[in-house]
Amino acid sequence: MTQATTLADLSNLMTYSAMLVLSLAMIAFFVSFAQRRTSAEIVRERVTEPALVGGSATAHVDADPATGEAQFEPGRRAGNIAMALTWVAFGLLSVAVLTRGLWAGRVPWGNMYEFSLVSAFAVLGVFLAVSLTRDVRWMGVFIVPLALLTLGLAVTVLYTEAAQLVPALQSYWLVIHVSAAIICGGGFTFAAVTALLYLARDSYDRDTRAGRALAPLARRLPPAERLDSMTYRTIMFTFPLWTFAIVAGAIWAEAAWGRYWGWDPKETWSFIAWVVYAAYLHARSTVGWRGRRAAWLAVAGVAVYWFNYFGVNLLFSGLHSYAGI
Amino acid sequence: MASQTGSGPAPGATPGAESAVDPDAAALTFTTHADPMDKQAGTPAGLGPLGWMRWLWARLTSMRTALILLLLLGLAAIPGSLIPQRTSDAIAVNQFVAQNPELSQWYERFGLFDVYGTPWFSAIYLLLFLSLVGCLVPRARQHWRLWRNSPTPPPRRMDRLPAVATVAVGPKALDVAEARLRQQRWRVRRGTDWVAAEKGFARETGNQVFHFALLGVLAAIGWGALAGWHGNIVIREGTGFANTITQYDTFTAGRFSGSDALPPFTVQLQSFDVDFERGEAQRGAPRNFDARVLVTDADGSTVTESFGVNDPLELGNAKVYLIGHGYAPRLRIRDGAGDVVFDDSVVFLPQDGNFSSQGVIKAPDARPEQLGFRGIFLPTAAIDPELGPISTFPAPDDPAVFLSAFAGDLGLDDGEPQNVYELDDTGLTQLGLRALREGETWRLPDGAGSVEFTGVDRYISVKVGSDPGGAWALAFVGLAIVGVCMSLFIRRRRLWVALGPTPDTVVVAGVARGEGTDMHGDVDELAAVLGPVRSAEPAATRDSPSQGKEDGAS
Ligand code: HEM
Repeated sequence: MTQATTLADLSNLMTYSAMLVLSLAMIAFFVSFAQRRTSAEIVRERVTEPALVGGSATAHVDADPATGEAQFEPGRRAGNIAMALTWVAFGLLSVAVLTRGLWAGRVPWGNMYEFSLVSAFAVLGVFLAVSLTRDVRWMGVFIVPLALLTLGLAVTVLYTEAAQLVPALQSYWLVIHVSAAIICGGGFTFAAVTALLYLARDSYDRDTRAGRALAPLARRLPPAERLDSMTYRTIMFTFPLWTFAIVAGAIWAEAAWGRYWGWDPKETWSFIAWVVYAAYLHARSTVGWRGRRAAWLAVAGVAVYWFNYFGVNLLFSGLHSYAGI
Repeated sequence: MASQTGSGPAPGATPGAESAVDPDAAALTFTTHADPMDKQAGTPAGLGPLGWMRWLWARLTSMRTALILLLLLGLAAIPGSLIPQRTSDAIAVNQFVAQNPELSQWYERFGLFDVYGTPWFSAIYLLLFLSLVGCLVPRARQHWRLWRNSPTPPPRRMDRLPAVATVAVGPKALDVAEARLRQQRWRVRRGTDWVAAEKGFARETGNQVFHFALLGVLAAIGWGALAGWHGNIVIREGTGFANTITQYDTFTAGRFSGSDALPPFTVQLQSFDVDFERGEAQRGAPRNFDARVLVTDADGSTVTESFGVNDPLELGNAKVYLIGHGYAPRLRIRDGAGDVVFDDSVVFLPQDGNFSSQGVIKAPDARPEQLGFRGIFLPTAAIDPELGPISTFPAPDDPAVFLSAFAGDLGLDDGEPQNVYELDDTGLTQLGLRALREGETWRLPDGAGSVEFTGVDRYISVKVGSDPGGAWALAFVGLAIVGVCMSLFIRRRRLWVALGPTPDTVVVAGVARGEGTDMHGDVDELAAVLGPVRSAEPAATRDSPSQGKEDGAS
């Protein structure tokens, strides 16, 4: 018992520590983002202060010729600090998840509190994984608050003591189906963030072309095509996994409830999310739907995903009542 | 090359879709002609009924229609999650109807209590699948043709391609390139002054496998409904059932499932054990179910099996699923003459999470008057000052039954079927009310008889069924997942090597389809093998058109 309480306390302590570190990371991300300047600004600056730089203005902008994107030196320091802090928080969170699982003696996603904890872990994981191959520090401004919000909800509204599982959840499918669904949550959320940023950046570009550029923050975002492509690629990986998650759920439902598909609210909303993402993939190759409309579909998809999680668990009664609160 | 598939309507009205005649464009876009997916037929001005039909078909099979039908399907699925559905929770539907009689009439009219079986819901997915067939059959044909005719000869203007390199080397380089490409498992074709290579046909193959597999899933589900059967039955400890239609409480069979579809077996429930959480967190939640049964096969051989949630019992082509459980208190009833007129366990239906349960016992053989009882069973009995007798824990730690006894005519003799869980008290006089602990006997007033609470059994409700479509559906879903991965991850690439503009040069160029795919890597690598690269981007100096993005739409 004492060992169990120690593990429980450790898990909670780690969650709170992760939240603290994440808050610091968030501040650092904000600072970094605020300091970012667009290539245009840098050019303007250097043109107005030629003495400082010397030589031709454009020659000194480290712009990537393919994307036209400048390397935003000014926000770099704060961005690096923020990334480091995010890694630390991710590490703390992984300990929190692990100890929660050890405490309960099972996989740590048996109720909404645990699911939220692991979801935040997954969203950060996707973000950090992407950051290994490309510079996505600017996304931290959006991802980290999202993870913090999820954790905040988890520790306040959704918190439940660890307990054993009801028989319906005692299955190896819990490991397979739910972990796939959680990873998809991370992927879809990431894709929706890039889609929203794409929409912001695209609006900004349009305004600029129309000669009435406003939205000063959108100027600091990467080019629209790059954001669009990030959304697509994330969904491209997540959609097959989501298909698999639904199928795994159906196989499990057959064993647990005697039918593999019964239009239970949870099943219904998973199906809706799947259909929306299929529509997104189609939209990407349909004239008139590429771009903005497709991006909105990516946003709608994640709204359905999260509604399926919070809305269906808390508002509807169905067979999937494992909220634990 | 293939002619335009987009029927009668004026082809002019296709902004965005590439021209059907320009072979260069075809080389760039991996199609032989205007992409049937992107066709936006104009209006069928003055083409008569046939023209209209073709126009409608073109509309239906367009990608845009598929997209809209998909979104419609998603929207149409929503009401079924908000309104109780007969197929999953008939009791909730009845409650809803009782509470909202007027609204229910409207709901009924649109089939909102059975959304997924309504004509309008079916219409959406059937249209979607019709669109799918109409869209994919021509595409499959085209894919086949393209595959047979591949690799495509180089476009006339190689310098327009997204990745180009010019190498200062003579015609011998073509042989080198050919050998190398073959070795790298490209599909290669050799012309007099060019080599063409292609890779990644499986991308489109995967796409088609995926879509046709979806059709397969639908067919498998339909087949399961037609050829399958399932029934529900309640079994008390010590009792059992034989797998015949008449024994089931409810039974459903598909049109193609003959009565011989039910494998002959009997199942006898020997014991059913449940563990409940006794700790603080989630107190009272079930932790383990274990049903032990004796199964007798057609040939009379018997085995003892154990099953539970997530662990159905498999008997021939049928499976037995545990879907519910509860308590069946055992009662012994004697009538006024002292004869035992009832001695059995009775299924009581749980009313809450702690298994406060309700049930009815009827003793029509009792004399001089028939006896009937309404009862409440409490596995762990307590008296709440406000709620009265309730159960405080789901396990039978301190069981009690609260009985209300009636004597008179039970009304069973007129042949009307009665609900076994209800007692119609017209024609009955109430004799009194009494709480009994296990082993206690209640002598009814006026010498009407006695009731003894002799013990507690459990019962389980099981679903027995066979779904011959399930395995097929799973197989098709597996195929769909493989297909969609191929379609999303495989890169479609074309590479050409041709004798260059000047006698001593060779041009290497390529085009790719797939997100984030560009051919620079392939082109540069091959160019470097062939000889000294003169210029990586000869087109850069000219007015190069926009880079052929992955969709080829320029
Ligand atoms: C049953 C509903 C459908 C679902 C769930 C679905 C799903 C998908 C998915 C996930 C993709 C992405 C794969 C890729 O990008 O290559 C895709 C692509 C595609 N779908 Fe569907 N689809 C459905 C119906 C249809 C219909 C009715 C059509 C024809 C009108 C169609 C035509 C296509 C085509 C042509 C592509 C390839 C797009 C490309 O090459 O970029 N699909 N579909």
